[in-house]
Amino acid sequence: MNVLWILLLPMLGIMAPLITARMGRTACAWATAIAPFAALVILLRQTPKIFAGEVDTWWQEWIPSLGLNLSLHLDGLAYLFALLILGIGLLVILYARYYLSERDSMPQFYASLIFFMTAMLGVVLSNNLIQLWLFWELTSISSFLLISYWSYRSDARKGARMALAVTGAGGLALLAALLLIGHVAGTYELREVLAMGDTLRFSDYYPIILVLFLLGTFTKSAQFPFHFWLPHAMAAPTPVSSYLHSATMVKAGVFLMARFYPVLADTDFWFIAVSLTGMATLLVGAYTALFKHDLKGLLAYSTISHLGLITLLLGLGSDLAAVAAVFHIINHAVFKASLFMAAGIIDHESGTRDMRKLNGLWNYMPITATLAMVAAASMAGVPLLNGFLSKEMMFAETLRQDTLGALSWWIPLLATIGGALAVAYSLRFMHDVFFNGEPIDLPKTPHEPPRYMRVPVEVLVVLCLLVGIFPQFMVGDLLNAASGAVLQRPVPEFSLSIWHGFNVPLAMSAAAVTCGALIYINRRHLFQFQGQFRELDAKLIFEGAVQQLVQRMTAVHEWIENGSLQRAMFLMLLLALAMMASPLFSMLAVEGLRPQIPTNWVVTFCTGLLIVSTILTVWWSHRRLRALLALSVVGLIVSIAFAYFSAPDLALTQLSVEVVTILLFLLALFFLPQHSPALDSSLRVIVRDLGVATLFGSVVGTICYAMLTRPLTSISDFFLANSKTGGGGTNVVNVILVDFRGFDTLGEITVLGIAALGIYKLLARIALAMPSADSNGIPWSKERRSVLLALVSQSLLPLALLVSMYIFLRGHNMPGGGFIAGLITAIALIQQYVAHGVEWMKERMPINYQALIASGLCIAILSGVGSWFFGHNFLKTWYDYFYLPGVGKFELASAMVFDLGVYLTVIGATLLILANLGKMTTSERLRAGDQ
Amino acid sequence: MEFSFAIAVGFLTAAGVFLMLRGQTFPVILGLTLLSYATNLFLFASGRLVINGAAILGSSENYTDPLPQALVLTAIVIGFAMTAFVIILAIRARTDLGNDQVDGRESALDISAEYKSRKERRES
Repeated sequence: MNVLWILLLPMLGIMAPLITARMGRTACAWATAIAPFAALVILLRQTPKIFAGEVDTWWQEWIPSLGLNLSLHLDGLAYLFALLILGIGLLVILYARYYLSERDSMPQFYASLIFFMTAMLGVVLSNNLIQLWLFWELTSISSFLLISYWSYRSDARKGARMALAVTGAGGLALLAALLLIGHVAGTYELREVLAMGDTLRFSDYYPIILVLFLLGTFTKSAQFPFHFWLPHAMAAPTPVSSYLHSATMVKAGVFLMARFYPVLADTDFWFIAVSLTGMATLLVGAYTALFKHDLKGLLAYSTISHLGLITLLLGLGSDLAAVAAVFHIINHAVFKASLFMAAGIIDHESGTRDMRKLNGLWNYMPITATLAMVAAASMAGVPLLNGFLSKEMMFAETLRQDTLGALSWWIPLLATIGGALAVAYSLRFMHDVFFNGEPIDLPKTPHEPPRYMRVPVEVLVVLCLLVGIFPQFMVGDLLNAASGAVLQRPVPEFSLSIWHGFNVPLAMSAAAVTCGALIYINRRHLFQFQGQFRELDAKLIFEGAVQQLVQRMTAVHEWIENGSLQRAMFLMLLLALAMMASPLFSMLAVEGLRPQIPTNWVVTFCTGLLIVSTILTVWWSHRRLRALLALSVVGLIVSIAFAYFSAPDLALTQLSVEVVTILLFLLALFFLPQHSPALDSSLRVIVRDLGVATLFGSVVGTICYAMLTRPLTSISDFFLANSKTGGGGTNVVNVILVDFRGFDTLGEITVLGIAALGIYKLLARIALAMPSADSNGIPWSKERRSVLLALVSQSLLPLALLVSMYIFLRGHNMPGGGFIAGLITAIALIQQYVAHGVEWMKERMPINYQALIASGLCIAILSGVGSWFFGHNFLKTWYDYFYLPGVGKFELASAMVFDLGVYLTVIGATLLILANLGKMTTSERLRAGDQ
Repeated sequence: MEFSFAIAVGFLTAAGVFLMLRGQTFPVILGLTLLSYATNLFLFASGRLVINGAAILGSSENYTDPLPQALVLTAIVIGFAMTAFVIILAIRARTDLGNDQVDGRESALDISAEYKSRKERRES
């Protein structure tokens, strides 16, 4: 349970700086510190248990069907990282209070920082692989926010984008790796996976898993060749660099390698890949660091180099090397965080980070200089400091491995060279900045920073010394617990002491220090040598690559989609055709075994009529009124087909929709161009389209025939059996609509309403050109409307409404229902519009159709919600039978209320569409008449 | 009877597809309408053809499958809404763009010319 609070407190703490934003900077910093501090106290209270080897876990089901649990654990490794995250986090909060200027938004900074802290804690505490990945991605996102904190600076934006792209892409690879691990192991719980090392190592997926996994961790931990993003992330404020890019986030990669050490290591693939990458990173980082004039640039490459060192240790394969890796994680976090903070102080108080200008600062800020130099000495690996101890362990382990067979002696040699380069750049940091003459035109006169800005540096440097002098007392138990968690087996004996006697590692250290000093003294020659090479700017290369990618994709996109709908439609149909037709090639017989219904002359005649009308629709498509006539014949035959093949509801619906559609078409014809060319395309295009259309039709027809002649197994037996008993209706189609699949229907009437509203919007403020004559130049009749039609339709209205009411009421048991009744009512009302005009109707029926749609939807939803009050599911039908004298026994069902909602929505939508379009004609006509 | 039905669906589809590939809006809308007839019939056919078997309990011995019918019923209504939307869209496009071409331009030549100029701009 404690482990939950360690994660939860910082999560809640994200709000603290935002709430206290107006209380002043100091109050804001204090408020921010409360949650991490409380979490740190809880963590420290766990210390005895952790050192005794116990694991604190917390577990909660989340989506069990997907193997997703909320699952946390706190073991030695998680404890170590949580300690670093919270401890250094608190120091950074204090430091940032003085680092940020008045203009910077402190709450935003602190909130992002605590957001990152939470994400990072989530990574180290997660016991579920997917959950771990989620937090992993959150660290990328929060780091993006922090790097781009000074978002007005172009380098900050570009650096943040690059960091996000690289670590985000790595995160995707990691997700794939974790999913594969979960697939192979059969569980996503980390602690269970850790016990299944052999299962994973001997799995066929192992190489893929390892490659993807290492892609994820190498990108995050800035390993060569993915290291280029880290120096550009230095555009972030220095507290961020000190926290994310030295102590915590970049360690997430090595953390994960250490976490999965028991399951993924112990193979040649791992040793070669990890140790060589680590070695390359170590050397490239150390060498490049030497030539950086920017203080933070030097530290960034030094960080890359040290991360390479840790990776190298994890790749060496001996248990003691893993212990050394863990030890160096601690030491590097401590001295590098303090160095970044010192660099930040120098930048803050002197106005520059350029080492060509910064000289002789010893005279201006002796205390800071002392602190920085102690930390830099630790970075170089000078005895009595913590960096020395882990470096000695590293040297000792490089001597003990046999990764490269007979060439294994390369590794200790290269490690010594790396050590020498580290000494050289550390010397440069110390000598160049604090001595080496006087400063050269600095923007500010340097001086000591505010008292409390130095405190975090002091704390960390004291730690460097204490660990360096009393290693066993300070970190012995911690190292033991963390290494035990990494290895998942008893930790080998290791001795943490300063003096191991005269041995080879000591000689290597001495050689490194001597060579490093020599390199620094002769740096001028080295700089000249390096000056011959053109410096590559990773930012430019990266941006160039991104832009080129975008350009290529744009070209591909434009080749596929050049803005022509006709072309896009053609390509899409071709694709659909290919996909539909390909399975047919492997089908042996079109005709299935289902007994067919013998045909008769009525059916044959109707089919013939339908085909003829279809062809006529196409043939007359440029002679619009005729095309509509042919189209309506098609619609009519479709309705008849529905009626004939036992679908009375469909027949009624199709028939009423047919009427409304044709009316709409007629209205539309009025506004579309009167003349149109007989053939709008070249003959070649016509032939091509005819070919595609014929193929398409033949494929669809074949599929349809194949389907019709095969026996049917359907889930509908359930609907037929339960329609009366469960839904209380004998018309199964209607019961499915309002009950079994009521939720679908609700969605569909919503779509209907949205379409109607969309049309309403499309017609708003439209500037319609009003034709005053037909295509033959004959002016439209001045007579507004026919008296006969008005009389007949007016007298028909009550009858039509009565019929629609009847259809509505009987819908549950006989063909009918809300859809059909709604359409019939709409047609009856449209007829009045046609006969009398919009103004006449407006006076007599002042109904807002949008409101009608809304109320219909509300009624439908409320009828569904109503069943909640009776403890049923959404839209569950209730029904019962009642008796009224004179009427007799009748049924009342809650589905009727739902159907009422459908009814109102259909009326509202249909009338909103037609009345609005119709209104266009009348108002314009009136204007034309006035002139 | 199944054969006639399938032929009808095939013809409706072919005609719908052909009209949908036209350049003017009105034939395209006609094509969409024909295609939605075809689609509705096709969906309906997934319940197979049954005569005198309406899914009204107590009305017959051998009921047809009611589920495709329920799906097609809403499809018809939504198809109407879609047709209406496209019609109004065509009217709006005609007023705003000044022609009744689906591409908003008079001819395919305009498009290829525009495509070329865009490409040149990108390369320069």
